[in-house]
Amino acid sequence: MRGHFANWTAAAMAGIVGAGLSLASPSAAADDTIKVGVLHSLSGTMAISETTLKDTMLFLIEEQNKKGGLLGKKLEAVVVDPASDWPLFAEKARQLIEQDKVAAVFGCWTSSSRKSVLPVFEELNSLLFYPVQYEGEESQRNVFYTGAAPNQQAIPAVDYLMNEEGVQRWVLAGTDYVYPQTTNKILQAYLQSKGVAAEDIMVNYTPFGHSDWQTIVSDIKKFGSTGKKTAVVSTINGDANVPFYKELGNQGIKAEDIPVVAFSVGEEELAGLDTAPLVGHLAAWNYFQSVDSPANAEFISAWKGYTKNDKRVTNDPMEAHVIGFNMWLKAVEKAGTTDPDAVIDAIVGVSVPNLSGGFSTMMPNHHITKPVLIGEIQADGQFETVWQTAGLVVGDEWSDYLPDSKDLIADWRAPMSCGNFNVATGKCGGKGTTN
Amino acid sequence: MQFVRGLVLAIAVICASLPSLAHADEAGLRALLTRLATTTNFQETESVVRDLAATGEPAVERILSALADGNLYVRKSDQGVFTGKEDGQTLSLSDPLDGTAAGTAAKADIVKVKVNNALRRTIRDVMGGLTLGSADPTVRLSAASTMLKRPDKTALPALDAAIAGETDATVKAALAQARAAAVLVSDLGEAEKRAAIAVLANRGDSDALAQLTAFQAASTGALAETAARSVAQIETSMAAWQVAQNVWYGISLGSVLLLAAIGLAITFGVMGVINMAHGEMVMLGAYTTFVVQQAIRAFAPDLFDWSLAIALPAAFLVAGGVGLAIERGMIRFLYGRPLETLLATWGVSLILQQAVRTIFGPTNQEVGAPSWMAGAFQLGQLTITWSRLWIVLFCLAVFLLLVFIMKRTSWGLRMRAVTQNRRMAASMGIRTPWVDAFTFALGSGIAGIAGVALSQIDNVSPNFGQGYIIDSFMVVVFGGVGNLWGTFIGAMTLGVLNKFLEPYAGAVLGKILVLVLIILFIQKRPRGLFALKGRAVEA
Amino acid sequence: MIARRLFSSDRRIAVTIATLLAAAVIVPVLNLAVPAESAFHVPSYVVALAGKYLCYALLALALDLVWGYCGILSLGHGAFFALGGYAMGMYLMRQIGARGVYGNPDLPDFMVFLNWKELPWYWLGFDHFWFAALMVMAVPGLLAFVFGWFAFRSRVTGVYLSIITQAMTYALLLAFFRNDMGFGGNNGLTDFKDILGFSVQASETRSALFAASAVALALGVLVTWLVVGSKYGKLLMAVRDAESRTRFLGWRAENVKLFAFTLSAMMAGIAGAFYVPQVGIINPGEFDPANSIEVVIWTAVGGRGTIVGPIVGAIAVNAAKSWFTGALPELWLFALGGLFIASTLFLPRGIVGLWDRWQQMRATRAVPAEGKAAARTEPQPAE
Repeated sequence: MRGHFANWTAAAMAGIVGAGLSLASPSAAADDTIKVGVLHSLSGTMAISETTLKDTMLFLIEEQNKKGGLLGKKLEAVVVDPASDWPLFAEKARQLIEQDKVAAVFGCWTSSSRKSVLPVFEELNSLLFYPVQYEGEESQRNVFYTGAAPNQQAIPAVDYLMNEEGVQRWVLAGTDYVYPQTTNKILQAYLQSKGVAAEDIMVNYTPFGHSDWQTIVSDIKKFGSTGKKTAVVSTINGDANVPFYKELGNQGIKAEDIPVVAFSVGEEELAGLDTAPLVGHLAAWNYFQSVDSPANAEFISAWKGYTKNDKRVTNDPMEAHVIGFNMWLKAVEKAGTTDPDAVIDAIVGVSVPNLSGGFSTMMPNHHITKPVLIGEIQADGQFETVWQTAGLVVGDEWSDYLPDSKDLIADWRAPMSCGNFNVATGKCGGKGTTN
Repeated sequence: MQFVRGLVLAIAVICASLPSLAHADEAGLRALLTRLATTTNFQETESVVRDLAATGEPAVERILSALADGNLYVRKSDQGVFTGKEDGQTLSLSDPLDGTAAGTAAKADIVKVKVNNALRRTIRDVMGGLTLGSADPTVRLSAASTMLKRPDKTALPALDAAIAGETDATVKAALAQARAAAVLVSDLGEAEKRAAIAVLANRGDSDALAQLTAFQAASTGALAETAARSVAQIETSMAAWQVAQNVWYGISLGSVLLLAAIGLAITFGVMGVINMAHGEMVMLGAYTTFVVQQAIRAFAPDLFDWSLAIALPAAFLVAGGVGLAIERGMIRFLYGRPLETLLATWGVSLILQQAVRTIFGPTNQEVGAPSWMAGAFQLGQLTITWSRLWIVLFCLAVFLLLVFIMKRTSWGLRMRAVTQNRRMAASMGIRTPWVDAFTFALGSGIAGIAGVALSQIDNVSPNFGQGYIIDSFMVVVFGGVGNLWGTFIGAMTLGVLNKFLEPYAGAVLGKILVLVLIILFIQKRPRGLFALKGRAVEA
Repeated sequence: MIARRLFSSDRRIAVTIATLLAAAVIVPVLNLAVPAESAFHVPSYVVALAGKYLCYALLALALDLVWGYCGILSLGHGAFFALGGYAMGMYLMRQIGARGVYGNPDLPDFMVFLNWKELPWYWLGFDHFWFAALMVMAVPGLLAFVFGWFAFRSRVTGVYLSIITQAMTYALLLAFFRNDMGFGGNNGLTDFKDILGFSVQASETRSALFAASAVALALGVLVTWLVVGSKYGKLLMAVRDAESRTRFLGWRAENVKLFAFTLSAMMAGIAGAFYVPQVGIINPGEFDPANSIEVVIWTAVGGRGTIVGPIVGAIAVNAAKSWFTGALPELWLFALGGLFIASTLFLPRGIVGLWDRWQQMRATRAVPAEGKAAARTEPQPAE
């Protein structure tokens, strides 16, 4: 009887721990490769955007290996699927760092997924390159933000509409997410600082994946019929955009009457749309596929060759990965090692060519410098640049238009090495009431 | 600028009346065109556009519309300006003035003359003047509505001339309204303005409201009061239309819900299978539409307007076939264990999603709208989009067809017999396995044709079905499981309720409120709106 | 006395509890005391993962109490889990204090950058662990009580009940997505630092959390076993198998259900509370109806209407998911979907049912008489 009992216990124990342990089998690959983690959702709601970024990383790694790899070793991609499930992001990040011992991770799309993995990267001291535009208000030692901060996208777009199109009335429409909420807070403060009256700003939020836009589009139409030039600033999240634009087109809102400027609509999203009725609506990014530069032409043809698909488009987050990956390569070469601390020290100031013909530099706040482009949608699903900043814009992690963050800066170089240094109190740690 | 525009209009009217003066100065136009090749910013291009328009030549219309459509190119080698038509990797060029062919050029050898919204607006405005005398009444109508939106007092003489010469009643009314808007911004006397206010108040839509509000703000005294009264009058009538609009939006949302739920009303409502793969059947229908359209684009572009009609039977067969396979391969082993169908169909749903993702890729696919579904029309102050109208009609047709099948055909009788009392039906000689299989296939097939319609308003992506599955279950349960009319009333009620809540509570809170109301409603009527009665219910 | 009853009558439950308690001791020791090079070392990654599985197992057990034993198919149990998680998350947020990025001692970061001026009233009290611990059970319990009180009294049953539980979790999902609710919107609550004064990132804390989860699950098993084995448990199954008949016999079926539903929701809340510090984030995604459906699937795969089944199912399915998403990132949904279909078709009584049958077969082959006695079967639910 006792023996039987022990057998049972042993079997059940094996069940619980073994389930975990079996995952922990050390990977067979030897030390002659440097592993790079790719943490993008390949299933679930975000797969639509993130799968392309996984392909981009595989493409970049293959290209680099053709050039001889890094530090004399080949690069090896470790791809996992966090399935658009935020806690799973944290689990997969931990697996990549602890088990697969990757040198750096390229990944995440939504802010939720980034927030979910942040503590893991901090605890295990590894590197994350985050390629998507986001709300700012963050600077972390282990994270490099290669997408746009609000001042690299939202504010120039509003400036353009105000100056070039003479817009006086604003609809801020977004998905009820943290990114749209923060961006709209910043924009509201910015618009009011430019003398726009409160009644000339309409803020509207919709649930995730909203597909019935009839009411909102007709509200926008009504809001825009007061005789003052009106524009929509859209922070509507990926999936909801297609029905939104379809409704705009059907209700006959032309870009000449009420232009819509979007921050989350790129070439990839437009690929699912007939863009003829949308010609003239705008998007603000740091890169467009249509950018006319030799580096871009070369990249596009290599990408199309790699995917063996002549219709594959390129977009801004892809460029962010290109920049981030090249920066990491350069920093590792500079440091002579993939050790995260050495790379973090080496990468600040590293400058690599971006695809729009200039150079992007990693700043001490772990954001990068980028040009800001405003493009209009064309009938072929591409954007045409109608305006761009004269020079590069430095990513501003702490917005100047939010009262609690305007005194904060981030500088990860020694001796400051702080993500939330308060210039008013001269202390690290936000408002500085403690420490 | 105002002056230039007025001049343009005056000239335009004269040109229209005296066609012999056209073709006067081709050399001058060519000179202006070459300036287009060297512009570096939008302001410069705009000045060229204005100069072009000022010539008043009919050929300018062709140039400007090519420019607005982004079809005007500059050849890098000789700075020649051409209109281009895309033809694969090359463009076929033609002369912008007379339209004669001018060879082809590779994309790399030419540059497009860039336009932006502001420029397109300018072009539209100046063309408004040019096209006021157009032979096509729809062009004249759009010119009039442009001029209503951006009134210009210098355009008054041109408008007067146009009104005098106009024969089409609709266009004439639109011109009169455009003139009224222009009068309001002019220096004309009070009587004229009073008449103008009346004309605009009569129009009574948001465009008129915009002009009157602006006028009211700018004027004082009795005129301002008259304007204020008209504004109030328009606002009252628009509020009434607003209710009608909400009802229409509600019906339109309701028919989307009904389309999504109607297949489920059969597989779940009638058969009792908790079909979590229902959304994927809708998705298969949408992807079938995509494939059909791709095929049509490749082999028979002329048939594109028929693509949805062709996709309907295809989608029915594809989704129905998959449904048949699921029923034969899996669900038939699970009858009598309805909750377990939930698990198995959930597995099917994962597999179908991933299969579509593997075959078509994870990104959205473009499903085009046939020309008869694009755009909108006005019904009073209501803007009704064609796509929504067709969806409502299509949804009604599908629903009535289904009711007919279930209630009036022997097949439907068998279906109902089997679902109500399987053993009795079997002993009456009905081959219950086949009825099961075909009922499930029918439900799936209908989900498939719903996908064809929904592909017109939503993303076609592997997640397509996920967006509808919860709403579909809510509709079926709210209406009462097993009752087609319940599903119909349920969908429409939820649609209209949602649309009436949305303006007050916002889209997010509105949706939450609807869900809470459903929960409360089920407490009141635990078997939905139209509960089935009798012993079969308890089984 | 309970212990004696356990060992004498229900060996499988005893083994499960013993295993969990043993794991609560051994896994932390193997993680902390054994050097990393040793073959016996359990990496921190596995500790965190296994801890997460145990929380899922407790959630599945909670669902099984209502579904397997009382016939209430809840498609909204994820909501109770998430509410418990949020209660714990709010405590953890308050523990950050002035260490947030803005250094604001009074407000969590997400409130600072959305310009909130003061802490909403419903955040008050969460500075104290005892209060949060109370809320972990009270909030899901209260919601379940109110919801159940209405639903069971109105005799909402079967699929109608399932769908309105789904509506409940969906409505909560949308509500918690709203930034105006003051729960951090879609980003949720994250960036935790301390729990009870210990850093959540330290491996000692992780091990302790794992041990606590194991003990909580063991307690959950014990409580479920006691409830199911009691006279009330018989009533529960009577309601499941023939609700009208039970009612005609004079029992208040709605009260029987209400008790089970509330107890189950509280268990789910506790599971959520242990889950949050181990994964480091709680956000509205946990309310997703799809998550609740997954819980149903774990339970079914393991074997519903048994106590061990949901635990085995939750661990097996999640381990499979963890492994598939790493090993077959492109194809894992095929594998998982196939697993669900196969287990429904071929394992109608789940893994535990398969094990039972195997035991039965082995026993009948060896010693027919004793085998029948040994292969005790759990009462099987009817549909």
